[in-house]
Amino acid sequence: MLLQIDSISTYYGHIQALKDVSLHVNQGEIVALVGANGAGKTTLLNTISGLLRAREGRILFDGKEITRSSAAGIVRAGISHVPERRQVFDTLTVYDNLLLGAYQRYRRDGRKAIEKDIERVFELFPRLEERRKQMAGTLSGGEQQMLAIGRGVMARPKVLLLDEPSLGLAPLIVKSLFEMIAALRESGQTVLLVEQNARAALKLADRAYVLETGRVVLEGAAQDLLQDSRVQAAYLGGKVE
Amino acid sequence: MNRNLIGIILLTLFILFTGWYEITQPEGFSSLTGGIVTFDAMVRIGILTIVVVGLNLLMGYTGQASLGQAAFYGLGAYFSAILTARAGVLGIPETIAKAWWWPWLLIPAGMALTGLFAYLVGRPILRLKGHYLAMATLGLGIVVVILFRENFGISANVLSLTGGSDGIPGIPRLRIGDYELWPVTRYFFLVWGAAILSIILALNIVNSRVGRALRAIHSSDLAAEVIGVDTAIFKTRVFVLSAMMGSLAGSLYAHFQAAVSPPTFDFVASLELVIMAAMGGMTSVWGAPFGVALLLIIRELLRARMHRLFEGAGGEFEVVAFGLILILLMIFAPDGVIKGFRSLITRVRPAAAKS
Repeated sequence: MLLQIDSISTYYGHIQALKDVSLHVNQGEIVALVGANGAGKTTLLNTISGLLRAREGRILFDGKEITRSSAAGIVRAGISHVPERRQVFDTLTVYDNLLLGAYQRYRRDGRKAIEKDIERVFELFPRLEERRKQMAGTLSGGEQQMLAIGRGVMARPKVLLLDEPSLGLAPLIVKSLFEMIAALRESGQTVLLVEQNARAALKLADRAYVLETGRVVLEGAAQDLLQDSRVQAAYLGGKVE
Repeated sequence: MNRNLIGIILLTLFILFTGWYEITQPEGFSSLTGGIVTFDAMVRIGILTIVVVGLNLLMGYTGQASLGQAAFYGLGAYFSAILTARAGVLGIPETIAKAWWWPWLLIPAGMALTGLFAYLVGRPILRLKGHYLAMATLGLGIVVVILFRENFGISANVLSLTGGSDGIPGIPRLRIGDYELWPVTRYFFLVWGAAILSIILALNIVNSRVGRALRAIHSSDLAAEVIGVDTAIFKTRVFVLSAMMGSLAGSLYAHFQAAVSPPTFDFVASLELVIMAAMGGMTSVWGAPFGVALLLIIRELLRARMHRLFEGAGGEFEVVAFGLILILLMIFAPDGVIKGFRSLITRVRPAAAKS
């Protein structure tokens, strides 16, 4: 088990956003986390990446506890978070955005290795190479999402956390974006994917968890959940027979 | 060759020329500018450039507002002033207080103390964002000036440190051994040496990994955090650095003016520093000397020429005209004069090529 989350609870002030959530991610998997708005998906990712603190429970990564680590320490440990709404650095160029993705490796790996990785990101997302000198704020939504993922990959993470990559994007673009995420897996990248677009996420993922009002209510192989009548009723627009 | 290196060389040459002209030509440097920019003003521009370079790093690059920067400028000035002009009152032995190296020692000491002060207040207030941070720094600036005016709350009968509203006169000039850095033609080179060094320092920061991290914080706090930039530490460090640069400039000001008083460091002064930074361009280290010079020149022009344009125009006309100029500048050069000038050139050039 690469990432193991052990019954964590996270609060915003007095409001409990996560209730006793446990899940795990194995090496090489894509694990999807689906659920409605406000179910706690983003809260869970923010807790893993150290933007929020879990009040109870613990998070183990690669055998080490990271529950109390700083956000920077968690990036160093090998978890890279691509936040909701992309959050690219819009006043910086595409190239500088990618360079910043490698911020924590800069001293350790040196410029050469990082430039090589940028070329790899450009192979994955050729559109970004065409726009390498453009300000990130001038990119289209889909391109910004590619850039956000590319920036996340630049940290060479063992686990990539993707928060709602399909948010606000046209269906065709979502489709090609998910193909790129699949390509990432082919290259060995482990991914924890948060999505409201449950159908697309479950088709792509190996395993999945369903989150409802801060609790894990269902878990299993993504294929099984895709067939599950409760999931179909609640998240896939299917009818309950 | 690197553009910044060319800039540094040009600026250095210009400073050397200015000083040389003032020393060798009987009519002096100000005659070259029609009396608008005096040699004294050139020294002031150098001093304030140091403060504005710091403000550039803090506001322009890191995106953290400060409406109280003059307080740090004042802390440096008062630190140097009190420990030199008031050394007797404080019981500092004369052999130390009169030694040539004593005021020099106070400059880095003042920077260190001001930096420590900025660190202590910066930790809590830099958690605030946007308008709230602006308000907090505004309050900080006001409090510091009140402390100056009220002698840090100590009864003046017991121990007069700051001189209240009158301030502190009789601050000695700087010396190296027996060589006094005065008249002003000598002091000028010290001030601009420090200003150019601070520009070099800032350029080095901006174009490094740290500079990219600062711009990342400016662009998105959250995204900076997720890529592993410790935003709290960087914000505090830049705040401390800008405060130390303010303190350095303050000490240089105290030994230039030979006297300090509270209005030089009040809220209006803080606001003017922000205007200078904005005029030169917030995200432009090179904008700093130009922004400072532009504000001083506009003000001087208005003071000297306004009454010729409008018969009997008084000070209130100057304020109105100043406001108008500021509005026009912000409309036509929102990124400062440097970038405004550059975009003007790129706009004019293709037109010339077509015709």
